[in-house]
Amino acid sequence: MDNRASKLGKFYIIFVFLLMYMPIFYLIIYSFSKGTTMANFDGFTLSHYGELFADKRMLAIFLDTILIALLSSLFSTIIGTMGAIAVHNTKRRHQRETLLSLNSILLVSPDVIIGASFLIFFTALKLPLGFWSVLLSHIAFEIPIVLLMVLPRLDEMSPSLINAAMDLGATSTQILSKITLPFIQPGIIAGFFMAITYSLDDFAVTFFVTGNGFTTLSVEIYSRARQGISLEINALAGIMFIFSLVLVGIYYLIENHNLSSGRKLDRVEVPDR
Amino acid sequence: MAMKKSFKGLFYTPYILWLAMFVIAPVALIIYYSFFDIHHQFTFSNYRVFFESGTYLTMTANSVLYAFLITVISILISYPMALVISRLKHRDLWILLVILPTWINLLLKAYAFIGLLSRDGLVNNLFEFFGIPAQQMLFTDASFILVAAYIQIPFMILPIYNSMTDISDSYIRASSDLGATKWQTLTKIIIPMTMPGIKSGIQIVFIPSLSLFMLSRLIGGNKIITLGTAVEEHFLTTMNWGMGSTIGVVLIISMVVVMLFTNTKRKGRRS
Repeated sequence: MDNRASKLGKFYIIFVFLLMYMPIFYLIIYSFSKGTTMANFDGFTLSHYGELFADKRMLAIFLDTILIALLSSLFSTIIGTMGAIAVHNTKRRHQRETLLSLNSILLVSPDVIIGASFLIFFTALKLPLGFWSVLLSHIAFEIPIVLLMVLPRLDEMSPSLINAAMDLGATSTQILSKITLPFIQPGIIAGFFMAITYSLDDFAVTFFVTGNGFTTLSVEIYSRARQGISLEINALAGIMFIFSLVLVGIYYLIENHNLSSGRKLDRVEVPDR
Repeated sequence: MAMKKSFKGLFYTPYILWLAMFVIAPVALIIYYSFFDIHHQFTFSNYRVFFESGTYLTMTANSVLYAFLITVISILISYPMALVISRLKHRDLWILLVILPTWINLLLKAYAFIGLLSRDGLVNNLFEFFGIPAQQMLFTDASFILVAAYIQIPFMILPIYNSMTDISDSYIRASSDLGATKWQTLTKIIIPMTMPGIKSGIQIVFIPSLSLFMLSRLIGGNKIITLGTAVEEHFLTTMNWGMGSTIGVVLIISMVVVMLFTNTKRKGRRS
């Protein structure tokens, strides 16, 4: 049997790909339209991009979003990596399974539940809603994905490496900094990266815990979209599309680097929303 | 040895702290709040209202039905996609094309559909081109389901694709050597062997579909049609956190049920 895809199959996937990309390109094309709606293309203009760059509020929100993404990823990577080491060190299998299922709760819970329960939690702690509550929530929901990216690397590491180091008189700190961390570094970088995309992509959780004063891009797009169409959002979509392309590019460079450094990667990582 | 213990404890502490504060405490709080009414009095009335008033039960049934339809539509579109892509020469590149849209902000994709489905949007223009009168498409349940399926399709393709690439070629060759038709190979070998992928796809798609409140707001109109919208409404608009938590608990329970039905023991793939 020939293992190739049939003509019909190829036609089908091209068709579905067209449907998948149509909304995205539709958005971007209209970001260059002179009109005010996404109905008739009235000639080429860059004015919506001009508007966007002149929009001080939007710029501030953009910077806040990036700041939240970087800070939360940094902290979640540190805590997630520690968690991975902790899970890896558990002796009993049963204990490990329990930790892993607790770890995955936040990954499978619906966003509204995470958002609502964090809102209750912050209110119970009397923590004011705003930058800090958003940052803490992002750190919280990014930790499990970092752990899942780092743990396989740790499990791959041969115990004899550590044993050899111990026999040669290395201290715990030396083992960690000279052996463990360099070995799991690709997993840490991948985890950091996934954390950034989780943060940038999140809407629902942020929407619940953001309060009045603080906004991220997703929340801003939502409130503008509820008021109807504004081609400034289309321009924003254009920019964010380029941004995503760059992020994907970097991510795959890292993955390929990991690949060439000996790790066989045959799973596709599934970014979540 | 004591020194080593405290060193190890150093790794446990932040992570365990996180588990306690952001995983266990919030879930416990949401369950706790579901027993309080709007005046902070302990009560079972939230649950009574939920199970006695027809509106909540109908809404739950609707929400489950919508999530079911979204899941079925995404499987029907995604399975052939995954099958074809897994047989292409540069399949890694093609699967990258599937992943790319998931990196685009969800809200932007929803926003695109506000334009596409509007009265004088592209879809209606196409309809008119084929002689079909323009329809009101935005703010209907059907458009909500289609847009939700659109957003979920990549998340369905990926696990199915992964389970397809796990099938060894020798199974396919053996089946055709033994005289199976392509259809038989598909239904007897490929589909059963990709069941774990389908199940994790269902898990990834069904649960969020119960709670996509931003989509039902933007595309489905202001009606409260999913459990997620109801939670959002109670927490952020009517400020009745007790009732919101009760619906949240129902959502958590349905999530657990879905997990139990779709859980396959997936062993770590590392050898």
